[in-house]
Amino acid sequence: MTRPATISEKILSAKSGVEARAGDIVVCDVDLVIGTDASSPMAIDYFKRMGGTALFYPKRVVFALDHYAPPSTAKTAAFHEQVRAFANEHDAALYEVGRGISHQVVAELGRVLPGDLVIGADSHTVTCGALNLFATGVGSSDLAAAMITGRIWLRVPETIKVTLLGKRSPGVAPKDVALAMIAELGAEGANYRALEFHGDGVGDFTLEDRFVLSNLAVESGAKAAIFAADAATDAYLERRTMQRRSGVTADPAARYSREIEIALDTISPLVAIPHSPNDVVSIADLLGTPIHMVFLGTCTGGRVVDFHEALAVIERGGGRIAPGVQLVITPASREVHRRLIVDGSLAKFSDLGAIITTPGCGACCGTSGAIPGSGMNVLSTANRNFKARMGNATASIYLASPAACAAAAVTGVITDPRAIG
Amino acid sequence: MAIHCDGRARIVGNDVNTDYIIASTRKRDTLDEQILKRYLLETVDPAFAASVQPGDILVAGTNFGCGSAMEIAATVILAAGITAVVAQSFSRTFFRNAVNNGLLPIECDTSDIHEGDRLSVSSDSAAISIENRTRGTTLAASPLPALMADILAAGGLVEFIRHGGWTQGQPA
Ligand code: SF4
Repeated sequence: MTRPATISEKILSAKSGVEARAGDIVVCDVDLVIGTDASSPMAIDYFKRMGGTALFYPKRVVFALDHYAPPSTAKTAAFHEQVRAFANEHDAALYEVGRGISHQVVAELGRVLPGDLVIGADSHTVTCGALNLFATGVGSSDLAAAMITGRIWLRVPETIKVTLLGKRSPGVAPKDVALAMIAELGAEGANYRALEFHGDGVGDFTLEDRFVLSNLAVESGAKAAIFAADAATDAYLERRTMQRRSGVTADPAARYSREIEIALDTISPLVAIPHSPNDVVSIADLLGTPIHMVFLGTCTGGRVVDFHEALAVIERGGGRIAPGVQLVITPASREVHRRLIVDGSLAKFSDLGAIITTPGCGACCGTSGAIPGSGMNVLSTANRNFKARMGNATASIYLASPAACAAAAVTGVITDPRAIG
Repeated sequence: MAIHCDGRARIVGNDVNTDYIIASTRKRDTLDEQILKRYLLETVDPAFAASVQPGDILVAGTNFGCGSAMEIAATVILAAGITAVVAQSFSRTFFRNAVNNGLLPIECDTSDIHEGDRLSVSSDSAAISIENRTRGTTLAASPLPALMADILAAGGLVEFIRHGGWTQGQPA
């Protein structure tokens, strides 16, 4: 008889062919291997040094040019040329500059399905776990080994059960819940572990909202952050792929290393303060802090709903940006960009005087897009606010929901979005 | 296979993320570790890189290597001549990248190790020990699981795969 299993244990058992349980080290078949322009040049080098000549499954390998989009130096342009040539030679899919952030694009294209094992040489690959699959970030050598063999070694993680209860109060964003969660877990509270989301509160989160929770989970070190499949999962995938998969559920008697409960109605708007995403305080403690740059974008807060929420707050606040505030808009993907064009949102941002940049990572890690000036305070929808993260070690980066970022854009200071309009 | 190294302890704190080990903006300009090693840990201490000597052993607090999964954070440390990192705990992506590149990651209580202490590290399939010659103490750590030890013993994932690791070309 097989022992009861978590979702992670079930997926890794299916992919390794053995009964994989927490603590085991298993070698698994990989369904999708994702490289980015930041990690693939090194992976290509490892591929050659490993004696690689061909991809084991060309259809299971994709590359995204997202971190240097568009390239701002000759060197990053050369990285792109190298990745293009490799993808072309080996028949792998390439998501060109402007197509979007790797894990966002594979989700949009229906390339990641319930039950899959997905590895990406980018720590936020965990985002895809919102679609009921095991997605994890790895380095470039793992990427190369998986390109050559189709496989990866993994330690089967223990799982933390996160139970979401009830409903969010009006004006409280998925990002606020995610910040509350990583503050509760701490910077390494989920290290080597997977998160699994349970509870009636899951119904309060659309699929796009779930991406935010899975995405931020890695700021507590999580190896994967997985939701069960439900009607929201089906609805998201229905528009994107012909393939149908039944979801993977945990056994009722599955073992969890820890259980936490989050009562959604107790959460209010939050902000992560410099220089750690886990240093989270109530927005009430920061009211009036001057903000010089507002950044709406990234794999956390760069989806259509995020820009709509931000615009709604700005319109409620009088439809103007405070003097001295730079507003930077970077859609997470071309699909997002296009939808914002069609529904008129980008025209509105343009009228507000926003800087609108190429879909991709943008200013998130200082490699392309707007770098804050010295001493500036930035309020951002991103997931990381490490010192120097956006390319200037003297800037202070605060992280909050799209609505809170928009409220600061209107007033020029940190403001509770519920107080606007 | 046994691994042995002797060197000076170089202390860093808790939550040293990979962006602090090597900044993304440096990595944008070159992937040459011989150049990047000049900027090792610059955000934590601008003078650190110049003071590193080959054989130094990096000693960290909790959650070493958190943040981005970028592998260059592990290879720049190796390029600087550091062959082992001892930490209270590691982020999982850094731990993987260390093993995959032949950089020995050792998890143990580092609170009694001080800057400049002479350390002698021995690792084999049964145990890992760290002798602190300056203080006359010895710390023990659990050995690595067999598969990780095999990869480290091969010198990293490159050699492991080169020599047919995971029997290429055959479905599991
Ligand atoms: S948007 Fe930021 S966090 Fe997301 S993949 Fe790009 S650089 Fe990483």
